[in-house]
Amino acid sequence: MGTTASKLGKDLLSEYQSNPFRERICHVFSTSEDKDGSLTFEDFLDLLSAFSDSATLEIKSHYAFRIFDFDDDGTLDRGDLEKLVNCLTGETDDTRLTPEEMRQLISNILEESDIDKDGTVNLSEFQHVISRSPDFVSSFKIVL
Amino acid sequence: MEQEKGETGETNEKGKKKHGSAKKEEKEEDEGKHTVKEEAQEVKKKKHKKVIVTSSEPETSEADDHEDDDNEETEVRPESLSPEELEKLKEAMDERKKLIQSLRGKPWPMKQKLDTLRESQEFVEKHEGALGKGRGRKLYAYKVMMTKKWMKFQRDFENFKTACIPWEMKIKEIESHFGSSVASYFIFLRWMYGINMILFGLTFGLVMVPEALMGKSYGSIPRKTVPRAEEASAMDFAVLWDFGGYAQYSVLFYGYYNNQRAIGWLKFRMPLSYFLVGVGTVAYSYMVVIRTMARNANESGIGDDNSFNFSWKMFTSWDYLIGNPETADNKFASITTSFKEAILEEQESLKDDNIHLTRFLRVLANFLVLCCLAGSGYLIYFVVRRSQKFTLDGLENHTWWERNEVNMVMSLLGMFCPMLFDVISTLENYHPRVALQWQLGRIFALFLGNLYTFIIALMDEINIKREEENIVKFNITMWEASLYNGTLMENSTAPPFTIHPADVPRGPCWETMVGQEFVRLIISDTMMTYITLLIGDFLRAVLVRFLNNCWCWDLEAGFPSYSEFDVSGNVLGLIFNQGMIWMGAFYAPCLPALNVLRLHVSMYLQCWAVMCCNVPQERVFKASGSNNFYMAMLLVILFLSTLPAIYTIVTIPPSFDCGPFSGKKRMFDVIHETLESDFPVWFSKVFSYASNPGLVLPFILLMALAIYYLQSTAKSYKEANVELKKKVQMQNEENKKKNKRAALKAQLDLEEARKAASQAAEQQKNNASPHDQEANVDNGVSQILHHGKNGSNPPPPVRGQECYLPAPVPRTNHRGIHGATGYRPGCPQQSETRMYRVPSLQRH
Repeated sequence: MGTTASKLGKDLLSEYQSNPFRERICHVFSTSEDKDGSLTFEDFLDLLSAFSDSATLEIKSHYAFRIFDFDDDGTLDRGDLEKLVNCLTGETDDTRLTPEEMRQLISNILEESDIDKDGTVNLSEFQHVISRSPDFVSSFKIVL
Repeated sequence: MEQEKGETGETNEKGKKKHGSAKKEEKEEDEGKHTVKEEAQEVKKKKHKKVIVTSSEPETSEADDHEDDDNEETEVRPESLSPEELEKLKEAMDERKKLIQSLRGKPWPMKQKLDTLRESQEFVEKHEGALGKGRGRKLYAYKVMMTKKWMKFQRDFENFKTACIPWEMKIKEIESHFGSSVASYFIFLRWMYGINMILFGLTFGLVMVPEALMGKSYGSIPRKTVPRAEEASAMDFAVLWDFGGYAQYSVLFYGYYNNQRAIGWLKFRMPLSYFLVGVGTVAYSYMVVIRTMARNANESGIGDDNSFNFSWKMFTSWDYLIGNPETADNKFASITTSFKEAILEEQESLKDDNIHLTRFLRVLANFLVLCCLAGSGYLIYFVVRRSQKFTLDGLENHTWWERNEVNMVMSLLGMFCPMLFDVISTLENYHPRVALQWQLGRIFALFLGNLYTFIIALMDEINIKREEENIVKFNITMWEASLYNGTLMENSTAPPFTIHPADVPRGPCWETMVGQEFVRLIISDTMMTYITLLIGDFLRAVLVRFLNNCWCWDLEAGFPSYSEFDVSGNVLGLIFNQGMIWMGAFYAPCLPALNVLRLHVSMYLQCWAVMCCNVPQERVFKASGSNNFYMAMLLVILFLSTLPAIYTIVTIPPSFDCGPFSGKKRMFDVIHETLESDFPVWFSKVFSYASNPGLVLPFILLMALAIYYLQSTAKSYKEANVELKKKVQMQNEENKKKNKRAALKAQLDLEEARKAASQAAEQQKNNASPHDQEANVDNGVSQILHHGKNGSNPPPPVRGQECYLPAPVPRTNHRGIHGATGYRPGCPQQSETRMYRVPSLQRH
């Protein structure tokens, strides 16, 4: 398998330049000690394997959870969800949501997904929501 | 490596084999020092893993093969193991085997998975010998080789099958530019193409080819010859385009087929084959559509669909296949819009002012739509009657428009009415998703109404032709009588075979006429679609691109701009086209072939048009949500289109002068005839018993009862689901309350301990040096904590749960007092002893 000499830096991954989660994806799959988000060939294979058609729902939801967990604390709290919404609505100012709307949106989400009402979404709650969704598996896919 | 809780991925056998053989190849490349034996043993393991090991029997048979190989490598000590150790060993083996089976579904990095697999396999291999006996070596080696070859063959076959999927790269390119909803149209088109290929294979192979090869050739009998009157114009392009002339008297249409029971040296039963192919195409279509619906229903989440709206929008709305910046921007915009809409809707669902006006407007809109539908139905009926009048006058006297009026009118209606519906729906003020469903429903009703009006008009024509039949029959008897009178002197019993088939007067053939009408309709529909595509999309794009430089306002952003790909409209068009094929395929066996050609051309043309002239949609609608909706519509259309064909087969007697069923009273009499003449006697007796109403009715009753039972079971499962969910919620709430209480208690204890510590510190302030002071204080604190801890219940350090924080523990930063906080801000995975450790360092 690839040596440590062959690394793929974040800037070289032009494939995903239109993906708002490109940095998180690199970060999650990277096993380098520098924590700079660079990928060896093995990491790249792991990435493609998780995003492929034949990956199971558990694998996909596990990695999706890690990608959405911006502060890497094992749960999706309000801060994570806010950053997530901002990623999804684009970078420009006119597409962002107002703080009022953001607050409303996040409380709606927490109301729906947070089963034990602790203010965060953990892995099992996330997986429960995802397993009910009909389009998750088909949209969480990268094919070369 | 800890087992992830509850994560056993669903592994199918093939997947596991693929996984195994992939790893095998990787290892070959990378490590290079694998002996064949080790590979063989791995292969054997994989074959073995298929069986979930519950008893030791399979183990021993595998271990038998193993023993000879293992002798030199591993230590086989069956005698040295006591029963308990054997048990433990077996348990460990089971665990390892389960791990190997479920490895594919674990979200670990590949390296970790490979290491685990290697380790577990070594373990299993080493100890399996200890549990079994020995067997012959050669047989085992042979089995191993065959298994390896078989797996390689399966893998190659999978690759080949994937490479064979047509148009895969095209669709992927479209997917990356336009998202998954536009691509879903093309995937649907490809699926339809597959179905039509099968239908084409059936009709071509079993109906058209036998008649062409083994039946009587063209010109031998009257029904296969162009009548003398039409011969002059039979080769004209205009006539051929209308499917008259030589095209009419060929295998393409019903009328050509002879009613001879068995043709050729194979004794091919032509009428039976024709009938069965007709029934078979319908049955096959039903089966495929229902199977696809069931598969889609399984994949999508059943149960509470609407309860996760916001979460789904958040977590699943991004389409990772998008690789194009422009599409990504659109996607961002659409996600934002959908968020804002959903929020607004949530807020507005409570306030509901002016409900009466809205209701009135909606009723008005529906009334207008009904008027539209009725108007279009009447228009079609009127046009069809007019065209009947024209045919009676003779088609040559009329213009091209008048000849093709019916098809043109139907196509034009199909183009303009949906736009009208769109305008009317602005009155209704529905949510866009609901409005789309109403729109689709109305277009569906429009097409259906048009189709059925068309069929009713056709039925009128059929009846006219049947009346004509009687007259013609009478004429033919007169004509034959005159012939006989002429040749009465010589062979009065022999038929006048000196008459050329083209001169024989022919009876009317309503089946061929029906087939021709359908073929014409489909051709004009296709032409209309392509022309709309070229003009509406291509020409528009060209104009916008090149006129933009010299126009007053920005054409690209403003009025015409580039068109978007209308997914739902195109899907509906495809579904209705297929409905017409199903309707007409019995009377015109050439229809599936035509459709295959049409779909093939459509695929290329539309792929090109989409990439060249369309821009990504602004509102990106989810494809999969409507997937089953389209399938359901297809099923309804299938049912509705086979109804007229079935009606005509069952009630109308076939023409006496054309087709494979001529001379019979009803078309399905051919089955009866086959049963009587081709099958042994007892078979027809059995069949007649089986079709006895006394047997069929109880059977139907039994099926109805089964359906009722299954439905009630499903309902009870749903209720159980809801109950379990409530239980989980209650359990969680209780846990939280308990934890809160324990945390509160611990906090109180901490407060007490701190108070006691401060008191002790003040006492000792004058006596001891500062250095000892800290140690004493800490000792005192830890002692008190120890007592305190023993008294209360320590909150259970639950592994893997999210780390809760008790009510904010005041972190003391004073040098004098060291708050020995038993709770670190982090997961409390420490053992009890940790809390008693003297905190010598300042905690952050």
